[in-house]
Amino acid sequence: MTEAGHVVDAPLTPPAPRAGLIEVFRRRYLLRMLVQRELSARYQGSVLGLLWSYINPLSQLFIYWFVMGKIMGRSTEMFAVHVFCGLIVVQFFIETFNAGTRSIVRNRALVQKMAMPREMFPVASMLVSLYHMGPQLVILTIIVLLTGWTPDPVYLLGFLLALAIIAMLGTSLALMFSVANVFLRDVSSFVSILTNFVRFGAPMIYPYSLVDARFGSFAQFYLFNPIADAVLLVQQAFWVGSTKDPATTHAEHIPDNLFAYGFLALGIAAVMLLIGQRVFARFENRIPEQL
Amino acid sequence: MTTYPSSTSIVVDNVTKSFTLRYHRTLKQMAVAAIKGRDISNTFKALDGVSFTVEQGESIGLMGLNGSGKSTLLKLINGVMRPDSGTVLTRGRIAGLIATGAGFHPQLTGRENVFLNAAVLGMSEAETRRKFDDIAEFADIGKFLDSPVGHYSSGMFARLGFAVAIHVDSDIFLADEVLAVGDKPFKQKCLAKMQEIRESGRTLFYVSHAAGSVRKMCDRVIVLEQGRLAFDGNVDEGIKFVKYDDTDGEEHNPGETDDELGADI
Repeated sequence: MTEAGHVVDAPLTPPAPRAGLIEVFRRRYLLRMLVQRELSARYQGSVLGLLWSYINPLSQLFIYWFVMGKIMGRSTEMFAVHVFCGLIVVQFFIETFNAGTRSIVRNRALVQKMAMPREMFPVASMLVSLYHMGPQLVILTIIVLLTGWTPDPVYLLGFLLALAIIAMLGTSLALMFSVANVFLRDVSSFVSILTNFVRFGAPMIYPYSLVDARFGSFAQFYLFNPIADAVLLVQQAFWVGSTKDPATTHAEHIPDNLFAYGFLALGIAAVMLLIGQRVFARFENRIPEQL
Repeated sequence: MTTYPSSTSIVVDNVTKSFTLRYHRTLKQMAVAAIKGRDISNTFKALDGVSFTVEQGESIGLMGLNGSGKSTLLKLINGVMRPDSGTVLTRGRIAGLIATGAGFHPQLTGRENVFLNAAVLGMSEAETRRKFDDIAEFADIGKFLDSPVGHYSSGMFARLGFAVAIHVDSDIFLADEVLAVGDKPFKQKCLAKMQEIRESGRTLFYVSHAAGSVRKMCDRVIVLEQGRLAFDGNVDEGIKFVKYDDTDGEEHNPGETDDELGADI
């Protein structure tokens, strides 16, 4: 039938899509579609829709303010903001990790039938979580503005650093555990237990100064935890400026060399991401048949 | 490494793909099986040393009994899976229906799903917009286009999936179980569209149990038997080889299109 003149100007190549995170970002349009699908499917058929993304963090903020601040009477200044800064980071991480771990199994219809880089799914989970952070950030900004916070450009860059750390770390773990979850569904249950520890491994419902006071020189090991660094960076950007005397608060509650630890955490996250990609590529081949 | 002429569309060279079957999933089951000396897992070869090449514009009918490895072969050509050993090479863009409506999200509307599915098949946003009306017209599901896909009947689901896949500008078109659902007018429309694809010089890879439509659509038949290539050649001989010619009895009334279509179910 070649007389019809259909000439294909392309090399003979293996049909399997080139895998890897780079390929994911080369197909940005598809990635955007996947993220949009997640987002619009989530609020389909709900009357309040996106408003829920504001109500949920607001209710949490209220609980922490009331229970921790009023009932338990924590002495930390602007305690609700302190907690909320941590909550934003920790939620972003936990959501990425949990949803990312389940992403491949949940999208098995696509994975089994369509040829596409499978890294798409964990990455899309991360972006969805990032998007959900938006409303929380809006609430946080409004509250700190009401308390007389003035933005500090250097600290705001620190906030972006924190986002980068969590995005990379979350994606790397999501990559590794999403493959593991294909082979053993127990993994997703294990991950949700693991994430419970994350909540308390970061200075969220307790100030960092407490760690410093209790652990002394061991406190530096605490700062090797990238999530703790990210939380502190966010607190530096929003919470510190909302207190009465930011300079004193910073000196008392934020560790010295926080930026150095922040960049170290970024490095750790980058290495983790490389490892995650490697692990994913190693097992990716057997995904369709194991689903 | 062998070089192939520029007219080669698909190369399947000594391809083997095996699957691991795990009989027992939980720890308890595995322990019991180990004590009783039963196998915990088992591997079997879905494809075993399959080789053939396809020229651009050829139209291949892939036949074989259930479980003979047809779908696995199609998934390897589609790129969903990679072979354990051997090589699969293809030239140009691949589109097709490994199963209609794969990846449709039940909560999203038909319209949203068309865009999503088109993106998965490698179409850009502009391309999808340009073709959207054609796709909608082909699917012909009317006002349901704007209601969630989860409420669709299986026929409507398949129509929409087929409509998207068929509008991708592909060089190789794979079709599996295409006509298993859908009513007669739609099947006829699909067959006509596939005939059009074939005439435009695209490579067509068609999996079917219906001798009639294979005879009509294809100019070469490949038969798989337990993962091995059992037959490769002429259409009539191929159909004879799988013994489908005497079962549907359409030898006696070759002009009867009802049987051709009906037998696809």
